[in-house]
Amino acid sequence: MTEPVDPATTETMEPVPPPVSVVSTLIHVIFSRPATIVAVAIIVAFIFLAVFAPWIAPYDPVQQSILATNLSPTADHLVGTDQFGRDVLSRLIYGSRNSLIFGLVSPVLAAFFGTILGVTAGYFGGIPDRLISRVIDLLLAFPELLLAILIAAALGGGFWNIVAVLTVAFIPGFARVARATTLAVKQEPYVEAAVAVGLRTPMIIFRHVIPNIAAPIVVLITLWVASAIRLEASLSFLGMGTQAPNPSWGNIIRDGLNNLFGSPWPIVGAGLLITLIVLSFNLVGDALRDALDPDTSK
Amino acid sequence: MIRYLLIRLLDAVPTVLLVLTLVFIAMRILPGDPAISALGDMATAEQLQVFRDKMGLNDPLWQQYFSFLGKMLTLDFGKSLMNGREVVDLIAFNLPYTIELTLAAVFMGIFVGVPFGVWAATNPNRTPDAAMRGFSLIGYAVPDFYLGALLLITFSLNLGWFPINGGGEGLIDRLYHVFLPALTLAFIKAAFLGRLTRTALLEVLGKDYVRTARAKGAREPRVVYRHGLRNALLPITTGLGLSTLAALSGSVAVEMVFNRPGIGKLLISAIAERDYAVIQAGVTVFAMFVVAINLLMDLVYVLVDPRIRVK
Repeated sequence: MTEPVDPATTETMEPVPPPVSVVSTLIHVIFSRPATIVAVAIIVAFIFLAVFAPWIAPYDPVQQSILATNLSPTADHLVGTDQFGRDVLSRLIYGSRNSLIFGLVSPVLAAFFGTILGVTAGYFGGIPDRLISRVIDLLLAFPELLLAILIAAALGGGFWNIVAVLTVAFIPGFARVARATTLAVKQEPYVEAAVAVGLRTPMIIFRHVIPNIAAPIVVLITLWVASAIRLEASLSFLGMGTQAPNPSWGNIIRDGLNNLFGSPWPIVGAGLLITLIVLSFNLVGDALRDALDPDTSK
Repeated sequence: MIRYLLIRLLDAVPTVLLVLTLVFIAMRILPGDPAISALGDMATAEQLQVFRDKMGLNDPLWQQYFSFLGKMLTLDFGKSLMNGREVVDLIAFNLPYTIELTLAAVFMGIFVGVPFGVWAATNPNRTPDAAMRGFSLIGYAVPDFYLGALLLITFSLNLGWFPINGGGEGLIDRLYHVFLPALTLAFIKAAFLGRLTRTALLEVLGKDYVRTARAKGAREPRVVYRHGLRNALLPITTGLGLSTLAALSGSVAVEMVFNRPGIGKLLISAIAERDYAVIQAGVTVFAMFVVAINLLMDLVYVLVDPRIRVK
């Protein structure tokens, strides 16, 4: 044992579970609770709908027809038609695409930027930590929807603006968790060992810190997919998200409210879908959290 | 106690400044040219110039910043670009409706949520507990504007029990108008508070002093309320602060659904009409509310848990 310890050796000696076990825990988690199985099935169906919308939807979602406005559900139009004679089912199916895109893109982007900020604050401490923490605390004090409305008020609508709004609204949450977990991981013997053997800081951060704070971040992403879907729907409902005539579950409800005396079906259908999808993602997120990260709770 | 209050108040000063700075940055720098966003692409160069002079947009940025701070702190919000009314009057007219909706929602949420949570916690893993779990799952998932629309369709449109829109005149009429909107938000608050109460109370009921209370023969209601719920108040108070904030942000969509006057509806219409002065004022008012609610929660903590005063 006279030779200096090679970083590679310490790496293999670490009791870090291999990634395979994460996958098997995942499968175990999903199939151990009946509610979670149903939730996963709903999510899979939702993704399938969104991806294959053009093949599944019976009509063009923006095709208007003056002759067939405000129809109740029939065999031709399973969820009826809206005040412009557009087929509601087709609009709901196409609307799932917006929910899926915003639901996935914003949490992942927020996780990326939030992790950078949180790890910087947690690992280096000092002035960067004070600055970042102060802003995070301030932004966390705002409910996400209010924050999103305030940013959207300044930025306006449009695809990338909505992505930006949702991302900024989510960054503080990720940054806080990344900072807290980095502070904890920094105290671990393997990080001390890595510092002691003279590993460079970027190497320590990427090889030792980030892999060990990944689990809570991943759990947070799953939980926030649900929030992102709900937020996008809220913004579109308020007229600041997806713009007409493009369908989104939020603006279908918006159109429906302007047509209350015409037909309640668009509202009922779109709202049910949002509730169902958000519920499913919440169930899966909770199950994941219990499995991967029993200590943290949102 | 007084020292603690002063420290908390002083601590809010930099927060307020930071919030105002962020509003300034968002309003002046992000959207490009406020003159164009206010007057539209069709405005002539001359109109834009007049507008910039009037709004002080030609001054150096630091000068604009301090004049902005001064104006916001003295509630000088300027005039609406759409109808020329003083923005502070618009805010003063709409604010009571939003406050009344938020308060009504929070009270209804506590009134239903906390007893439901206690009921679930005192019957763990039985029907009340399962009902609580189902209720909270739905409450976490259902969007407020959807729930509001369903209530509106069912109780106002089809049954005709409640008014379809407006804020009402006079106390009784206003309470009548606020009921369905508040119920919408309260449903979601109750799910959240109920779940929180259940978790907090279950933890406390497992403590030694609760066992001691039972051992010395205290009756069950006394154990649950005197020994249990009192000690579970701190997390519930945190939840109360969070749900007040959530009710405030939820009020925006609910005001749109029920076509009720309020700051949220004012802000959303201003955004649609690009009414720059009203947007700025609405955003500032909401931000200040968030700061104020957080400050208020800090003060409530002290009342609930005297140990915090010492820290």
